Amino acid sequence: MPLIMGMSVLLACQFAGELVARGLTLPIPGPVIGMVILLAGLMVRGRVPDSLRLTGEGLLRYLTLLFVPAGVGLMAHFELIGRDFWPILAALVVSTALTLAVTAWVLDRLSRRRGGQGE
Amino acid sequence: MNVASLDQLWVYLSGNPLLSLLATLVVFALAVRLNRMLGGTPLVHPVTLSIAILIGLLLAVDMDYATYFEGAQFIHFLLGPATVALAIPLYDHRERVRRLLGPLLLACLVGIVTAVTTTLGLAMALGARPETLMSLAPRSVTSPIAMGIAEQIGGIPSLAAGLVLLTGSIGCALSSAVFRLLGVRDPAVKGFALGLSAHGFGTAHAFARIGAVAGAFSGLAMGLTGLLTAFLLPLITRLFGFGA
Repeated sequence: MPLIMGMSVLLACQFAGELVARGLTLPIPGPVIGMVILLAGLMVRGRVPDSLRLTGEGLLRYLTLLFVPAGVGLMAHFELIGRDFWPILAALVVSTALTLAVTAWVLDRLSRRRGGQGE
Repeated sequence: MNVASLDQLWVYLSGNPLLSLLATLVVFALAVRLNRMLGGTPLVHPVTLSIAILIGLLLAVDMDYATYFEGAQFIHFLLGPATVALAIPLYDHRERVRRLLGPLLLACLVGIVTAVTTTLGLAMALGARPETLMSLAPRSVTSPIAMGIAEQIGGIPSLAAGLVLLTGSIGCALSSAVFRLLGVRDPAVKGFALGLSAHGFGTAHAFARIGAVAGAFSGLAMGLTGLLTAFLLPLITRLFGFGA
C-alpha cells in the first residue's frame, strides 16, 4: 500500500497544481506549482510520511531516465537545427559554461560571507 | 502450424506501445552500463547516450517520433509526479535554504541574466535567424516552461524544447570542469548552479553524482529559474530590440 499512498499524494499535488495553473492562466507548469503545494503541505504537517518518501525518492533516483522520451524528440528538429548549426552550438556551449560559472561563483561568494558553509 | 511472416510481426510490434517502452528501458540500462565502463565520465551522460542510441534505432527501422512516443509517453508522464517529489529533499534541507534565501535569489537573478544575454548576444553576433534566437532564449529553463515562453516571444516551441534538452546535457558535461576551475566544493552551490543552468537534467545529475543536498538545491534552482524567467525574459528580449 505505501507506494499507492505515496503516488496518490504526488498525483493529487500535481493535479491541484494543474488546476491552479490553468485556472489563473499562469505561464508556469502545473507540476512546479504542485511542488510548491506539496512543500507547503510538508511544512504544515512537520514531517515526510514514510509512504511519500518511499515513492518520491524512488522516482527521483531515476529522474534521468524520465527525460529520455522527450530528448528523442530532437530527431524531429534536425533540419531546423542544421540551418543555424554554428550559432546554436556556440551559444549553447559558451553560454552554458558562463552561466554555470557565474552562478556558482556568485553563490559561493555570498554563502561564504554568510557563513552558510561547514554544516 | 501457422507462422506469421516477419514483416507482419513487425507491423504488429511497431504499432504497439510495448516495443518503444521496452526499447527505452533497455537502451537506458545499456547506456548506464556503458557510462560506468567508461569510468562514469559526464562527457557521455547516460541520458545523452540513450537519446543518441534511440534516435539511431528509430532512424534505422524508419519509425517516426510520434509512433515511438505512443509507448515512451508512459515514462514521460512520470516527470510530473517526479517534479512534485522535489518538494521532499527541499523540505529535508529547509533550514539551509532559509538561511541562504537572499544569496540564492540574487544568484538566481544574476544567473538568468547571464544565460539570456550571452545566448542572445552570441547567437546574434553569429547571425542566427530571429525565430532561432527566440527559441534559444529560454533554453536554460525546464522544457514545459520554456515552450510557453518561446511561444510568447515569437520562437518555435518544439525547437525550444529540443534546445532545452541539449543545454541540459551540455551543462552536465561541462559542470565538473567548471566547478574544478573555480574551486567550488560546496554541494549546495554546485547543485544550485546545475539546476539554474541545466534545469531537470542538472537536477538529475546533481542527485545521481553529488548527493541529496545538491539535488535539493538544484530542484530549488530549477523551480525559481522557471518562475523568474517567465517574468524577466520578455523584458530582456525587448532590451535586445525584439518586440515581445
